[in-house]
Amino acid sequence: MTSLQVDASPSRTTVARGTPSRTVAAELRGLVKRFGGVTAVDGLDLTVTQGEVVAFLGPNGAGKTTTIDMLLGLSTPDSGSVQVFGTGPRQAVAEGRVSAVMQSGGLLRDLTVAETLRLTACLFSHTRSVTEVLERAGITSIADRRVGKCSGGQQQRVRFAMALLPDPDLIVLDEPTTGMDVEGRRDFWNAMHADATRGRTVVFATHYLEEADAYADRIVLVSGGRVVADGTPAEIKAMSAGRLVTATWPGAGTGEALQLRALPGVEDVELRGETVLVRAADSDAVARHLLTHTPAHDLQVTSRGLEDAFIALTGHPHTTPDTVDLTGATR
Amino acid sequence: MTATALPTTTAPVQRGVPALGGFSLTFLQLETRRLLRNRRTLVFSLVMPPAFFFLFGGSAQSGESAGRGNVSAYIMISLMVYGAMLATTSAGASVAVERAQGWSRQLRLTPLDPVAYMATKALSALVLGAMSIATVMVAGAVGGASMPAWAWVVAALVAWVGAMVFAAFGLFMGYLLPSENVMQLLGPALALLAFLGGLFVPLDLLGSTFRSIAQFTPAYGVGALARLPLTGDPMSWGALANVVVWTAVFVTGAVLRFRRDTARV
Repeated sequence: MTSLQVDASPSRTTVARGTPSRTVAAELRGLVKRFGGVTAVDGLDLTVTQGEVVAFLGPNGAGKTTTIDMLLGLSTPDSGSVQVFGTGPRQAVAEGRVSAVMQSGGLLRDLTVAETLRLTACLFSHTRSVTEVLERAGITSIADRRVGKCSGGQQQRVRFAMALLPDPDLIVLDEPTTGMDVEGRRDFWNAMHADATRGRTVVFATHYLEEADAYADRIVLVSGGRVVADGTPAEIKAMSAGRLVTATWPGAGTGEALQLRALPGVEDVELRGETVLVRAADSDAVARHLLTHTPAHDLQVTSRGLEDAFIALTGHPHTTPDTVDLTGATR
Repeated sequence: MTATALPTTTAPVQRGVPALGGFSLTFLQLETRRLLRNRRTLVFSLVMPPAFFFLFGGSAQSGESAGRGNVSAYIMISLMVYGAMLATTSAGASVAVERAQGWSRQLRLTPLDPVAYMATKALSALVLGAMSIATVMVAGAVGGASMPAWAWVVAALVAWVGAMVFAAFGLFMGYLLPSENVMQLLGPALALLAFLGGLFVPLDLLGSTFRSIAQFTPAYGVGALARLPLTGDPMSWGALANVVVWTAVFVTGAVLRFRRDTARV
């Protein structure tokens, strides 16, 4: 089914998925988008099959929102192609096959919640009833409230209810819980999850590792506008199941680093001044080699979590407001 | 309210693309309701024009005859045009607010065709324009405006249809100006245009150079046409050309800006 492929570049590992025979919900091929001199999306490939719940995980500026805009037909790629259920994204949107919950904006403050939904509903040819989506999003009690008077979390559930109206086969959420408190995020995901059990395809962008881990059955890690890892949460974690060996090695250079890289089970070697950092599946072998064959000393072995996989694969330290001890997976 | 368990498997909704690009009367009705909820729009469109009539239409000479009616009716027609101008411009310019709030972008996640959106905006502007004209007519009826019944109807219809110029002007400005408070800029601009269009002071009272320039401003044409039923003057093709040309200019401007707006993201 799935196979683990380690590519030639020392810091990038890719879990390539086999091609399942189920219906393809979305297919992105060689997507490139530039803004002036900045390349936001740089040759991104992604295939989402029907029924998958995919987390699009990456640091800020990884190209998540730009990719989602192209997936929804809100912007056009400079090169590459987007297919949603075998048609262009605009057609899929018009048919109500794909809908989205955007990060912010997109609501009129002077309408009530129910009016907003009635307005959205009247633009589609066929929809679920307003009563039903209010119920599903858990906002029946605030139906008559002005949108401008709703909290951020409530507004996000209004956006979610709007996205449910056309009963889409694919729902896309762009960082849906940004700015929500922990409770608001949990409520939102509970509502989301209750709905997703119905077999809808879900793609959500997030920079919260915990969300990706808890709610997705597939994580696509993006960095620098490309997919750097793709697999189930378990597979992504397995990539980081190895350990980090740190040692002080005065005078270590590229030659020494390459030697270490050649050791069995070594995934990545990094030099920071006199400190050498080795990521490896077999930390004992690395430690033994360092202590017996090199002048390295002050050796330390630490286990790695998803956080480290994130850093290793994206090259960005991961930050969240409610995660403490971001870098120290030391145990 | 009792929470009813929703069926876990419901028949999928039918798929299809709506007719008329997503245009619907529900949309138009909600748009109009939003306009009526905006206090500033209400004051501009439905309070100020009749208030102006009572201020200026009730003066000493207002009972004097003018054409087929009296001076009061003349002032009433001018203020019908002014009210419709304000109403349609503020309705059209509300796209600025919607762009600022990200609503225009949200609408692109629906089947709504951009042309249907602009048509709905223009129609809701005309609904508000009609309400504004009606309030001025009520003020006129109460305040002594007098002319033949058919002249009331024709003048009102001309003021209303001619307000299309300003619905287009509002849309253009709404796409041109990035502000949520676009009417703070447009209010004074409209007052100036109304003055140049002879809606506040008859242009005959002003210098000839000024008058010849004023004839080319956007409020002149509709004002001149709306007064014809009262004055009994011959049809002014120049005034009609003024309305047609300015409408074309503003519609073109709005469409060009709109294209840029959607292409940018």
